This record gives sequence, structure tokens and C-alpha cells, in this order.
Amino acid sequence: MSAAGTPKVELRGVKKRFGDKVVLDGLDLRIEPGHSLVVIGGSGTGKSVMIKCVLGILTPDEGQIFVDGQEVTNLRGRAREEVLRKFAMLFQGAALFDSLPVWENVAFGLIQGRGIARNKARDIAIEKLAKVGLGADVALLSPAELSGGMQKRVGLARAIAADPEIIFFDEPTTGLDPIMADVINDLIISTVKDLGVTTLSITHDMVSARKISDHIAMLYKGKIVWGGPTSEIDRTDNPFVDQFIHGRADGPIKMEVRA
Amino acid sequence: MNVLATIGRFTLGFFRETGRLSVFTGDSVSGVVRPPLYWYLIAQQMMRIGFYSLPVVGLTAFFTGGVLALQIYNGASRYGAESFVPVVVLVGITRELGPVIAGLMVAGRVAAAIAAEIGTMRVTEQIDALTTLSTNPIKYLVVPRLVAAVISMPILVAIADSIGVFGGYVASTQSLGFNGAVYMNNTMNGLTFDDVSSGLIKAAVFGFLIALMGCFNGFHSRGGAQGVGSATTNAVVSASILILAANYLLTNLLFTK
Repeated sequence: MSAAGTPKVELRGVKKRFGDKVVLDGLDLRIEPGHSLVVIGGSGTGKSVMIKCVLGILTPDEGQIFVDGQEVTNLRGRAREEVLRKFAMLFQGAALFDSLPVWENVAFGLIQGRGIARNKARDIAIEKLAKVGLGADVALLSPAELSGGMQKRVGLARAIAADPEIIFFDEPTTGLDPIMADVINDLIISTVKDLGVTTLSITHDMVSARKISDHIAMLYKGKIVWGGPTSEIDRTDNPFVDQFIHGRADGPIKMEVRA
Repeated sequence: MNVLATIGRFTLGFFRETGRLSVFTGDSVSGVVRPPLYWYLIAQQMMRIGFYSLPVVGLTAFFTGGVLALQIYNGASRYGAESFVPVVVLVGITRELGPVIAGLMVAGRVAAAIAAEIGTMRVTEQIDALTTLSTNPIKYLVVPRLVAAVISMPILVAIADSIGVFGGYVASTQSLGFNGAVYMNNTMNGLTFDDVSSGLIKAAVFGFLIALMGCFNGFHSRGGAQGVGSATTNAVVSASILILAANYLLTNLLFTK
């Protein structure tokens, strides 16, 4: 990663363990403003834990996390909510609120987080749904009535609804067919370009990783073992990256049978 | 050594869960006094917890009142004290059976539903999504349920008390040959503020325990469908046990002079 200026998000020596299991083991990561970083790595390597530590859903055991140069590691209450206004996230399973119709899901952050009137928030929600290719007729449906791909689109609309500065994508294409995965990748690229946001995605889908990123970092056993521009990933001689991107069973990465 | 290890694990687990519950309770109660308070969610939960529990609680109270009258008559008639049946039914229902039966029925119905709903939200990352949308999950999910349960339960128990006493009246007049007017007169003469208010205080405490156990177990559920199932079971069992324990403590506090 480049070292120019204040990074948008920075993790320094972050450690997190659950019981005896060490998940993050002194993780260092910088995300520069405007960059689209994808963190790749196998299942159970700590990608989701890393994101949850940045968002304050989990608290690191050690280390520091900075957002725009401000330390946020142990922020709580209102101070945490203020920092979270900069963030949005597309969850792996979309995580839509099934008790609310689609438009209220999209407008949720506007109504609850920003205090915007429901009528105005509804107009914004329909506008954002249009940006992800969904018509106003979808707005009144329940999330349970949508396909997996449509749920991801609604999740993306919800993520961009409040014009965030940083968006996290958690396995954005997992569980989708290749065509719908490509549609979601294109939507991510176009919305990121429109908003000019910084993004951090975690995935093990290399097609998606190459398409939506300008930088890639690889996480293994709680540490970043390689990082660089996306264009260099095929030229690196890093044995971890080489094994992962080619999907080989043999190599330095050993699959753990138990989490 | 294995026995010692098991005792140690159990002890550590007990204190871990107690600590976790204490922190959760503290966060939830402090959330009641810190804005924002979601009034429309409180109203929605009052409908779910109170109004929709009315049929099951009402039916239970009616039959309990009836059975109570039959049993008391059976015992009292041995000493020629049949005239005490209306007062004993009244006291039994308002002080004990109304709040306890309603509490246990609502625990089965509502604590399970709350744990299942919040537990599913936990395992599908909806609670994490709330956090990322700058919404405190405790304030949005837990506080409305706690407030709604504490308000709804006394109302529900007041209605259950009336239905229970009516159940006693029906059994006494239809099966035991009591005169209706005399029965009602004895009931009204035996009615005291303390009997009713103590039952309503119990009801508010039971409502708090039911919502707290539902929310706590749902909030900490793990591991998909099986985890949600366990959370639901634990919510009902823990709420029921706490209701019975709290009933003993409150009875001791309110009636032991």
C-alpha cells in the first residue's frame, strides 16, 4: 500500500482472539482515501472479524484502529454512532430487516440515524433503488419476496442511501450465479465511482476481487501476508497468493478442518 | 480431576453468564432514560405482548378462578365456612394466581417469540446491520419490549383478575348453588386496594423479567437454527423460573410484616 497522506482507515497491530483461537494476530492495514481495497483469504482467516473490529461490533484485544486519523478503537455510544455515519456495509446475506418493507430497509439509516422525515426518506429510497436497477414497484415488497440477487441490490441501495464515505462489502457475490455476480460487481463499480467513496471488500471470489478492486491484500492466519495493486497480483511470487489465486490444495496454506 | 474441571467450568460459566446478564440489564435499563425512545415501537410491542395475549390469559384465568372456587368450597364446607369462598377466590386470584398464571402464560408465549425474533436477527446479521446504520440495537430492539411488557402486564393482570373472579362466580353460582347477588356482595366487601396493587406490582416485575429473558437469550444466540431454538427454550425456562422466584421474594416483601 502507498504511504501518502492520512489513510481513510488504518489498523495497527490489531489482535483478536476467541478463547484459544487467535483470529487476528497483529494485523496492520491501511486503506487510502478513494481506494477500493479487497482483502482476500480463505474461510475462517479473520476477514469478517477485521471488518467488525473497525465498525466497533467487536472490540480488539490489542492494537489501534484509526478513521481519518482519529483513533476509534474503544469509542462507545454517541461518539461511535458519529463515526459510523461515515460507514455503510453490504452484508453477505444482505441482512435486510424482514419486518420492514423494502423502501423502509433502504431508508432506515436516513430515518433512524439522520432523523429525516419518512416521506422524504421514502423518495430518496426509491431513487437509490433505481440506481441499483430496481423499480418503485419493489419498494412495497417484503424482503422475503425477493430473490438473492435482488436482496443484494436492496442491500447495496441501503448502503449508499445515506451517502457514506466508506463502504464495506462482505462477500458481495457469494451465493449468486455468475451472471448475477457480475451484475452486482458492475453495480458496485458504478456506485463507488458515482459516490467517490473508499471501499473495503472481503471475498474469496477472485473474479470479483480483480474486478472491483484497485488494490488487493491477502489475509492469512490473522496477518496480511501480501498487499499491492491489483495489476500485480498475477506477477507476485508470494507463495500464499500464488496458491490462493490458483486454487491449489498444495502449498503453504493448510486448511484447518475445525474453526 | 475431571470432576473438578467440570465444577470449575460450570462455576466460570455461571459467573460469565451472570456478568453478561448484569451488563445487558444495565444497558437496557439505562436505555429507557436516554433518548431516543421509540414510542411507535413501544405501542407495537404493547399490542403483541398485551393485547394478543389476552385470549390465552383470559381463558386460563377463567378456568383457574372456577377451579379455585370448587376446591375452596370443598375444603371450607368441612368447617361450615362456605361463605368465605368469594373472598378467598378474590384474594387468591388478585394476590397470587392472577399475576403468576398470567406471567407463566405470557412467558411461554412472548419470551419465546421475542427470543426467536431477536435470535434470528442475530444469526442473520440484522443486529450488526442496525449498528452500521447508527442505530443502537439495545435501544431499538430491547428497550421498547421492556417498556411495553412492564406497562402491558399490569393491565393484562387487572383484566385476568376480573375474569378469574368471574370464573369463581360462574362456578359458585352454577355448580355450588351460591346466590349471585350475595356472592358479588361478599366479593366487593372483601376487595382491598393492597390485594390488587400487590398483584399489579408483581405483574410489572414479571413483565420486566419476561422481556429481559427473551431479549437477552435472543441477543446472545449463536450458531444458526439450533442456536435460535436453544435461545427460545432458555428464554421460556429462565423467565418461568425467575417469575416463580421473584413471586416468592415479592410476597415475602409485600405481605410479611
